[in-house]
Amino acid sequence: MNWLFAPLSERRLIPGGGLRGATPWVIAIMVFVMIVVAAAGLALSNVAGLVARGVSQRYSIQLADGAGRQGVAVFAARSAPGVVAVRPVSPAEMRATLERWLGPAGASADLPLPAIIDLDLAPGADAAAVGRRIEAAVPGAHFVAHADSLAPLLTALKSLSWLAAALVLLVALANAAAVVLAARGALDTNRATIEVMHGIGATDRQVVRLFQRRIAIDALLGGVAGGVAAALALLVVLGTGSGWIAELAGGAALRAGDVLLLALLPFAVAVLATLVARSAVLTALRTNL
Amino acid sequence: MTGETAIVEFERVGLRYGTGGEVLRDLDFRLTAGSFYFLTGPSGAGKTSLLKLLYLAQRPTRGAIRLFGEELSTLARDAMPPLRRRIGVVFQDFRLVRHLSVFDNVALPLRIGGATDVEVEAPVREMLAWVGLADRASARPATLSGGEQQRVAIARAVIASPELIVADEPTGNVDAAMAQRILHLLTVMNRQGTTVVVATHDLSLIAATPGAQLIRLENGALTDPTGGLRNPAAGSFGPRR
Ligand SMILES: Nc1ncnc2c1ncn2[C@@H]1O[C@H](COP(=O)(O)OP(=O)(O)O)[C@@H](O)[C@H]1O
Ligand SMILES: [Mg+2]
Repeated sequence: MNWLFAPLSERRLIPGGGLRGATPWVIAIMVFVMIVVAAAGLALSNVAGLVARGVSQRYSIQLADGAGRQGVAVFAARSAPGVVAVRPVSPAEMRATLERWLGPAGASADLPLPAIIDLDLAPGADAAAVGRRIEAAVPGAHFVAHADSLAPLLTALKSLSWLAAALVLLVALANAAAVVLAARGALDTNRATIEVMHGIGATDRQVVRLFQRRIAIDALLGGVAGGVAAALALLVVLGTGSGWIAELAGGAALRAGDVLLLALLPFAVAVLATLVARSAVLTALRTNL
Repeated sequence: MTGETAIVEFERVGLRYGTGGEVLRDLDFRLTAGSFYFLTGPSGAGKTSLLKLLYLAQRPTRGAIRLFGEELSTLARDAMPPLRRRIGVVFQDFRLVRHLSVFDNVALPLRIGGATDVEVEAPVREMLAWVGLADRASARPATLSGGEQQRVAIARAVIASPELIVADEPTGNVDAAMAQRILHLLTVMNRQGTTVVVATHDLSLIAATPGAQLIRLENGALTDPTGGLRNPAAGSFGPRR
């Protein structure tokens, strides 16, 4: 720990030699943004995963006008290898659905009623073979994978979560840049003292040690402040919406591991800031003799 | 004298700042361990520049410098701090750390050398008593007179028992009595075996230091008509009256 923390008597050399001024606040804001964006990204990715898993083995047979041929289709489906469950959607259910879409007209008995049969395939089952078999047995039937119809939505969710990851990375970079600037500023403010120390035989490591402690503390304070603010914001947002998300996706938006990851972010940022500041100071010192 | 240890050897050393002309030219001399040297010459002759080479604040642009037997031109940057710790420097402008107390300023070389607060206490008190500043230990440099600051600078330069003391016009800003007092501190260190190099143009100081040798710089070159610096005979550069 000696490389990290100089003793008090040495620290007096650099009064307030940390990330003075606005830097802890900048770090706090950056950490706040990082955590919120990371949480959103993780939630999106989780929801996408849950939805994808929920529909991955689910298929439908659609018969546009074939309420009368539903029985044939059900029979064909039941006898197809790999099919573990067959659930014909009852005409009453279909009518209710149509009514929801078309209004009272949907309840009209004149309207030809389409038939839908939901199928669950066993994991690893040959969906294409099942489809061919059913489409051969029931002309005009359409065999549809639920995953296919959801694919655009899932792709969008995945893209959004990657975008969130990229944003977190960008904010981390901006944060590092802010810390480098602040460290250089601290170095400039204390240039005279550093020259004296070098002249007396101090090594770069001894000089950098003087800055490191304050920088680490300031970065940690900023990080924790941003983290607490982000936690409150997420509690409000997810607290009011999590029930809905869970219902929609069939699982929690954030898992314990995700929460742990988010909680570690402020500390990771503080460590990163300290290391970045350290290397910035060392690099700047190396330009002197 | 042959057989005496050279603590410093300059061989055809030249120094230029940036793209300017050479401010030091063809410096060829050796300093023997345990001697007392005055470096004289008019203002702008290059005294400070030569001292900077000595205390490793500058590298020569040509030539070779050996300090404590180490060749400086090929010395890695990381190897410099240990050498610097063997040199005590009294800067022309003192360079005291202004937000540190007198005590902490004097303690600095010991702390950089790794001493703990407890280990630092007694030597620093003793040193402050030696330079007559025992009662100013907690004062800030800015509240001290020029002579007092100069003595803090000297205390800081000698506290870690360096083998070489380099002082740049240490009596430039003080009256004659204080100048004698400061010179006395340096001669005491020299008598204990430390090599001392003092840049000054105060002839009365030189006259008051029998046995000291003279290095004279003019326009960046050594004026050493006797060649005594390359192989100095003891006392040959003593005061001329
Ligand atoms: N850092 C520097 N950059 C450029 N020129 C310098 C620098 N320091 C000194 N000089 C020049 O070098 C010459 C010698 O200066 P200096 O060594 O300070 O002489 P002295 O100490 O004898 O007065 C002067 O002409 C001065 O202007
Ligand atoms: Mg000078």
